[in-house]
Amino acid sequence: MPPIDIARPFSRILHYDATSGKARVEEFGLRAEHLGGSGLAAALYEASGLAAASPDAEEQPIIFAVGPLTGLFPLMSKCVCGFRSPYNGQWTESHAGGRLALALRFAGYDALVVTGRASELSCLIVGGHRVRAVPVPFLRGADVFRTGKYMRGMVKGFSGHRSTIRIGRAGENGVGFACINVDSFRHFGRLGSGAVLGGKNIKGIQVVGDSVSALPPGKSYPSLVRDIQLAVTTTSAMRKYHDLGTPENLEPLNKLHALPWRNLQKTSDSGISDMTGQRIAEDLLLRQSACAGCPVGCIHIALLREQFGDEHDYLYKQVPYDYEPLFSLGTMLHITDPERVLSLMDETEKTGLDCMSAGVALAWAAEAFEKGLVSEKETLVPLRFGEWEGFETALRHLAGRDNDFYRLLGQGALAAAACYGGDDFACVLGQEMAGYATGEVFFVAQTLGFRHSHLDNGGYSFDQTVTEKDAGAAVKYLLKDEHDRVMLTCMVACLFARKVYTTEKLQECLSSLGLEDMAGVLPEAAGAVRDLRWKLKMGTGFDPQKARIPKRFTEITTWKGGIDATYMEETRGLYSREILRMGGR
Amino acid sequence: MKHLRTPRMDRCIGCQCCVLACARLVHKLHSWTTAGIHIRSSGGLTTGFEADVCVACEPAPCAQTCPTAALTQRKGGGVIVRHELCLRCGECAGVCPVKAIQMEQDSGLPYLCVHCGQCAPFCPYGCIEFTDDADRDAPDDAIPVPSVRIRKESGHAPN
Ligand code: SF4
Ligand code: SF4
Ligand code: SF4
Ligand code: SF4
Repeated sequence: MPPIDIARPFSRILHYDATSGKARVEEFGLRAEHLGGSGLAAALYEASGLAAASPDAEEQPIIFAVGPLTGLFPLMSKCVCGFRSPYNGQWTESHAGGRLALALRFAGYDALVVTGRASELSCLIVGGHRVRAVPVPFLRGADVFRTGKYMRGMVKGFSGHRSTIRIGRAGENGVGFACINVDSFRHFGRLGSGAVLGGKNIKGIQVVGDSVSALPPGKSYPSLVRDIQLAVTTTSAMRKYHDLGTPENLEPLNKLHALPWRNLQKTSDSGISDMTGQRIAEDLLLRQSACAGCPVGCIHIALLREQFGDEHDYLYKQVPYDYEPLFSLGTMLHITDPERVLSLMDETEKTGLDCMSAGVALAWAAEAFEKGLVSEKETLVPLRFGEWEGFETALRHLAGRDNDFYRLLGQGALAAAACYGGDDFACVLGQEMAGYATGEVFFVAQTLGFRHSHLDNGGYSFDQTVTEKDAGAAVKYLLKDEHDRVMLTCMVACLFARKVYTTEKLQECLSSLGLEDMAGVLPEAAGAVRDLRWKLKMGTGFDPQKARIPKRFTEITTWKGGIDATYMEETRGLYSREILRMGGR
Repeated sequence: MKHLRTPRMDRCIGCQCCVLACARLVHKLHSWTTAGIHIRSSGGLTTGFEADVCVACEPAPCAQTCPTAALTQRKGGGVIVRHELCLRCGECAGVCPVKAIQMEQDSGLPYLCVHCGQCAPFCPYGCIEFTDDADRDAPDDAIPVPSVRIRKESGHAPN
């Protein structure tokens, strides 16, 4: 096989059908139109014509897509997973790093599409030179770590040149927010990609990066890589992601009264002094790690030492931590002992639940328990703020869907509230909230955002930097920011690099690879991708005008004072009309 | 002459920038398999990463076993590689004591470090160093620590 052409005009797709066990490699569309990542996943889904089919139909695809710059420039290290969400039925995306993006690139594919359902629980091995399904019935119910260990032994000789993604019990059981673990420390976290894989009877996928691509001749490509590498490794912005990482934000957000505590009953608490980014780094940080192709190394791994016997019996665990799980499994449950929060993270990881959604859903359950809406009859263990043991057991019940209560809670706090009451205090903004109680614009932005993610746009940053309450200005900002981010998620860049990769820089990168045609139309093509994503989301059930923000979000106080419900409502109305317009309604 | 050493792999974050730099700059290719250095997790009780890279033998068993002149002894240790003379027999990969030779599947050619030093500046933590052959017997901790590049404050912050 000759080296693959980096500047090919079409995307190269590996399609695996789990029902028949057959694979095919296809040339798809025009890269100058669908770009890659978000755009490629959306174009593939549109072409499948399955928007009207039931979201859990066997033929529904799960798509892993990379972009034209993947692996070719620093921090172009992310992979987009596109799927119909088991949480809300809609077309959505989740993004993850690890080694998956580079493994797909080096396997020679722009996307891997998996459809159908395997007859028995299987692991899939794919690469430029291989496609093979291995039956793994003995891994049913196995945790994410044991599964990863087994899978790494399935293919010999590619250590460091492959990516291993897999699900836990939560994914096998179809929990609405089951995640896919990527290379132990990263995740396709939100909106249930793990349950989609579980629904296909696929426990994991190993992608082997065993092929070679040719690079363009001349100096312009390597010298541009050198410049960008220097820019990302010598600036303070990137240093902060490496140093304390995102947990650095815990203290300042608490100080701003913007850190959710106790199911958002509060936005600040003195307990933060036990759990600052600084303190965790000093006491528990074992090492940092990086996604393949990223010199920053923002992944922080803690060493958790646990005593398991009465005598000096210890075991140790490596637990990756970030701001988000420290919020969702920490402050939101009012647990401030970092080691106990790490224990919860470890349990979440093992069972294959998404840590943000699981933590926020359990925070609702704790308040419902406090208010007497549910009792131990439903929760099986007492769920009290500050008491971590109950939550640790509850995570297992959630992953196991052990009774009606946990089955509903596994579809989100609002699904449980519909049965037991308490929707006023369900901290749900399209999905369980992210850790930013920054105010009106963020609440609207997450509720209406394409992925209902704090990464769809910088709504939280607008709240913090703009003081006047101008709904028009807010929506204008959200629209521009979304467009810029779509450009990045088509390439596919880590969003930490968004200040480095301006539109002009991305165009320069594409041109240096011989993709001048794509460079020329990049902003317009990204606009078309954004519109297509909205069209697909609305075509699969999303109605922006029906999206509501629960009452709890109007009751809080931030550094700016109380929430201005009129401003929030005005922003929501304006933004939802813009979304309808973008989606062609 | 100089050669590549890996004195501080305990600092490695597994970013693979060195691997990608070698493939890009030495071989003009984009891949994991056409590079002279390979990074893998160390596994077991130790955590972190290890590098598989030529340790610059003198004499070099790979060159001694090579049936053609595709691999010849390099002065100061290691080998000079001439792919155009290679028979793709794979003998060299079998005798390398540190498994530093990767046989690339599509071309059937061996890829190994030729000690050019181009990857070293791309390591953000100074794990790998391009050092004088004169220092080849010096212990790792005697190799001077360069600027730990990512911590160096300079230029304009993009954020
Ligand atoms: S490739 Fe292996 S055998 Fe050859 S010089 Fe290097 S370390 Fe020695
Ligand atoms: S594979 Fe090539 S370089 Fe290696 S021993 Fe055979 S002929 Fe020599
Ligand atoms: S020293 Fe040169 S040949 Fe060796 S790994 Fe580095 S870049 Fe590749
Ligand atoms: S560049 Fe340095 S930190 Fe990155 S993988 Fe190579 S040796 Fe490790």
